[in-house]
Amino acid sequence: MKASGIQASGRRIWGLVYRHLSLYRRSWPRVLELAYWPTLQMIVWGFVTAYLAGVQGNFGSVAAGVLLGGVLLWEVALRSQMGFAISFLEEIWSRNLGHLFVSPLRPAELVAALMAMSVARMLVGVLPAVGLAWAFYGFGLFAMGPVVVLFFVALVAMGWAVALGVTAMILRHGAGAEALAWSVLFGLAPLSAVFYPVSILPHGMREIALMVPATHVFEGMRAALLEGRIAWGHLGAAFGLDLVWLGAGAAIFMGQLRAARQRGALLGMGE
Amino acid sequence: MPPAIECDALTKRYADDAPAAVEDLSFTMPRGATWGLLGGNGAGKTTTIAMLLGLLIPSAGRVTVLGHDMATDRFAALARMNFSSPYVSLPHRLSVRENLTVYGHLYNVPRAARRIEELTERFQMGEFIDRPAGSLSAGQKTRVAIAKALINTPDLLLLDEPTASLDPDTGDWVRGLLETYSAETGAAILLASHNMAEVERLCSHVLMLKQGRVVDSDSPAGLLRKYGRDDMEQVFLDIARDRMAPGRAA
Repeated sequence: MKASGIQASGRRIWGLVYRHLSLYRRSWPRVLELAYWPTLQMIVWGFVTAYLAGVQGNFGSVAAGVLLGGVLLWEVALRSQMGFAISFLEEIWSRNLGHLFVSPLRPAELVAALMAMSVARMLVGVLPAVGLAWAFYGFGLFAMGPVVVLFFVALVAMGWAVALGVTAMILRHGAGAEALAWSVLFGLAPLSAVFYPVSILPHGMREIALMVPATHVFEGMRAALLEGRIAWGHLGAAFGLDLVWLGAGAAIFMGQLRAARQRGALLGMGE
Repeated sequence: MPPAIECDALTKRYADDAPAAVEDLSFTMPRGATWGLLGGNGAGKTTTIAMLLGLLIPSAGRVTVLGHDMATDRFAALARMNFSSPYVSLPHRLSVRENLTVYGHLYNVPRAARRIEELTERFQMGEFIDRPAGSLSAGQKTRVAIAKALINTPDLLLLDEPTASLDPDTGDWVRGLLETYSAETGAAILLASHNMAEVERLCSHVLMLKQGRVVDSDSPAGLLRKYGRDDMEQVFLDIARDRMAPGRAA
């Protein structure tokens, strides 16, 4: 792609990001809503861990750290997935999808803009909860070191992969499938070993769990918190699986987009 | 210079066992012309426009827009065309200016802010340019939709019912604007409309669709002569009710 082509592509991506940022600029309740659930989760789990630390002494303190780390990092995956899928739903709710798909915006640019919004929404949602955990419960997520950034990236990528699948289902079934945007990742939580090691899972489930990128991130988090080491093997597995999941998500999304163009679903898709 | 639109045996079936929504549609629309696409409900107008826009993949046939094959090179064509329909909205919570800015970026419009000012003046949108699009009246929304459709100074404009739900005065004003735009830029306009007076005024050529097929095509004056009628509404009814033009086989 020539420089002018890259510049034009960047401008189209920015155009869609600007559209979503404008929505938040004129609606503070929407911004508040982004941080509401992660903060509430942090408060509830913060009290649970404070209780555990009081009852169980040093072991409780360690367990509390693992729990709080799990809560915060799980929110990273969840908010990334929701940020992507809900930004796409905004286009359906406003019946704007037809205009977007008859503009020169390429599908890859649409996806890039949704990814950018996903990161923005995730940071606005999760960072206040991270600050709360540090200020009130003495848990510093970034005390694990720079590896936390890699945990974030791996979880965000998994959130995008799941969101691509969710968006494909919305293209297939219309706004009737919108509940998936809020619920689908919760179905992966038991397999993701967020609050317990994967070895706790029964055989059969364990093998399936190891195919989930988040499982390796949380194993890596426990290695960092409990043993003070970076589990490079788990990190590598998380990123490798992310690539596979993103590839599969992109293929499903593009397949459903083409199917929607064959059915004529894009022009009239709305609430 | 390639024509604005070339359709070759364009056909769309939504299911293998369903009747064709559009069948064997072939026409060549020259640059700078304004054509009308007429037909009753379910005649295939929306399906045709969706295929011209690349929103719908044809079952058979080929569409070329401004020299670009829509099957293989649609984004090059989309950058040079635009579309407006009362059935597709702009985000309601964004202001008119924000909406136009978004589309200025999507169409890579040079000096977009200046272009928005020009359109604001031309479409008399100054009093509501910073209001949310959802709070506008039907007439104001139509003006914004057409302003959005002109943001990239398109060489081809596809309009679905451009003056639906407008009062006669505003409708006349919009038609005047479209005439001026076409004359100034040499843009081609294809419009689907149920307003026969609008078609007579704007269109140099009309495609009459029925059950997915072109059943007649000519200039409005030619059709009036052919059907021995005084206005296009009567011609429309003749075709809709299978009253063929004198001298044409029933």
